[in-house]
Amino acid sequence: MQRVGNERQTTIRPRSGGTDSAAPIISVRGVTNRFGPQLVHDAVDLDVYPGEVLGIVGGSGSGKSVLLRTMLGLHRPNAGDVRIEGMDITRMSTEELLAIKRRYGVTFQHGALFSSLTVAENIQLPMREFFSASERTYDALAELRLRMVGLPVEAGRKLPSQLSGGMVKRAALARALALDPSILFLDEPTAGLDPISAASFDELIVYLHRSLKLTIVMITHDLDTLLATCNRVAVLVDRKIVVDTLEGIMNNPHPWIREYFHGPRARAAHLARGAR
Amino acid sequence: MALLLSRGFHRCPSYVLLESERRENTLIVRLKGEWRIDNLAQIESALAGVPAGVERYIVDFTGIETIDLSGAWLLHRWVRSMGDRLEIAGAPPAHFDFIDDVLQLEPKERVPPPEARLSLREALAWLGRNTLEWFRQTRDAIGFFGRVTVNGLRAFRSLKHLRVPSIARHVYETGIQAIPIVSLIAFLISVIVAYLGAQQLRQFGAEIFTVDLVTVAVLREMSPLLTAIIVAGRSGSAFAAEIGVMRLNDEIDALQSMGVNHFEVLVTPRLAGLLIALPLLTVIADAMGLAGGALLSSVLLDISLDQFLPRMKDALAPTTFWAGIVKTPVFALIIALVGTYRGLQVRESSRELGRLTTVAVVQSIFLVIFADAVFAVVFVELDF
Repeated sequence: MQRVGNERQTTIRPRSGGTDSAAPIISVRGVTNRFGPQLVHDAVDLDVYPGEVLGIVGGSGSGKSVLLRTMLGLHRPNAGDVRIEGMDITRMSTEELLAIKRRYGVTFQHGALFSSLTVAENIQLPMREFFSASERTYDALAELRLRMVGLPVEAGRKLPSQLSGGMVKRAALARALALDPSILFLDEPTAGLDPISAASFDELIVYLHRSLKLTIVMITHDLDTLLATCNRVAVLVDRKIVVDTLEGIMNNPHPWIREYFHGPRARAAHLARGAR
Repeated sequence: MALLLSRGFHRCPSYVLLESERRENTLIVRLKGEWRIDNLAQIESALAGVPAGVERYIVDFTGIETIDLSGAWLLHRWVRSMGDRLEIAGAPPAHFDFIDDVLQLEPKERVPPPEARLSLREALAWLGRNTLEWFRQTRDAIGFFGRVTVNGLRAFRSLKHLRVPSIARHVYETGIQAIPIVSLIAFLISVIVAYLGAQQLRQFGAEIFTVDLVTVAVLREMSPLLTAIIVAGRSGSAFAAEIGVMRLNDEIDALQSMGVNHFEVLVTPRLAGLLIALPLLTVIADAMGLAGGALLSSVLLDISLDQFLPRMKDALAPTTFWAGIVKTPVFALIIALVGTYRGLQVRESSRELGRLTTVAVVQSIFLVIFADAVFAVVFVELDF
């Protein structure tokens, strides 16, 4: 991973800015989400282009997770539609949706590893569900995922409860990669990690994104992660979404966005990046 | 299979992924088609089907239409397993570079190496570990009982430690909410006993003794035992599951870190609540059981209520009712202690939670029946 580590300091952003010419892989159109009297999303639009890393940020309760769940087809919006490669998932049958979901890899905030299965069994679960093969093949495929995310092969025999926080995040990512997805959704991938583990996880995301040409959508509160990995940033404010490149969003005049990117913690993050 | 197809996967059982052609000592393997995880079984059988025992292999990758990482990985492993005997013709798939790279990676996280197994020393160590574990569990159980006793005594010394609202909640949940099901079951069981008893007693022309049978059976045995078993299934499992989930969420650690005695908050109120609720539930079950007996007697045996009640009074010894009720606090104690103890034992995983909840129910039912047997013997000896 040394080579990747070097790259991180200069973080080249492939295809940033040039993405708009391609057709979006996911397009959210006019999605409204309402919980009782509380309006969370008011007809929001969002496009995710192939090969980009899109960060979603927003205050607590601004509906980041709901937006993610809507894109995953886990939550049906009150209005609007979500298209994955032109197909509207809000009007799909369960079976069509399952076929689409196979192309997704998702990691959840707390890992959501199945606690009664070992890490390797966790990774193999979707494979076993969809494809038949011998135990040796399953083991081989699990080994690749473990290696990809920087876990030793022995970690596959551990139960999730025997892993450290950083390893749980990596194991969750390994499971998300089980079916060779083209789109990865990461919910708070670095939350709860120490800065060194978080930085190393950022490297991993950049590395996988670059090597596998994955499209990544991530929710994050971690400014360092945002700065290190994302091409574009979607900010959820006032029940709407503001999307721009990282540079563009930093110069956005909206008070909340200014506070977010230029508040004391943000300054520390910029400073840290400047120093490297 | 039909379902899998409808999920829209490309599946073609006779799909050919590789062709091989033998030229003297050389086997030329031409790969083609889709080397994707969707064709996992085909990839596996294709690679396994390459003839072995050939001096040289030449692999041609140019025919591959699509390949994903899983396909590339299996192919890469196969190529590696062939070693020097294999030559590559045509550019290898792009993923090979990535895989080479991944294989070079040092794991970012380390785990301790797994312990060696199956040696004699291991077997001895296992035996020792399990024995110690057994002792530890016994010690823990005794410790648990001691802490419950201490906390219980303290709770009755001062109102502050008694936590009346919490006890009230548990009386409501374990007692009042259980009234319908306990009543229904007591009623039905007593109807069954009366019905079957009447059939036997009719042969002797002694149908009137059905009343005695129902009265004694319900008050002494049926209603305390059945009520305890229902409550063990309902509330024993709930105790174990509630406390177990709190354990999994670190809520108990949170309580302890705040300096709150978790026994006082979680165990004692449940124990006290059940100690209040179970005897009262049993009284209700007694009443419903007698009502069931009376109903059946009047419908099937022509013993009207006017006859039933005096007969019942005759059948009742002064101790009959109390012989049933006196057992219920013991049952309550067993159910609450087992449920909370197993709940507190939950560690780590949700599977553990399910297992211990089951253990709690099974053990508390067993112990209730066992205690009932002891009571039966003791009551006979005491002529109670």
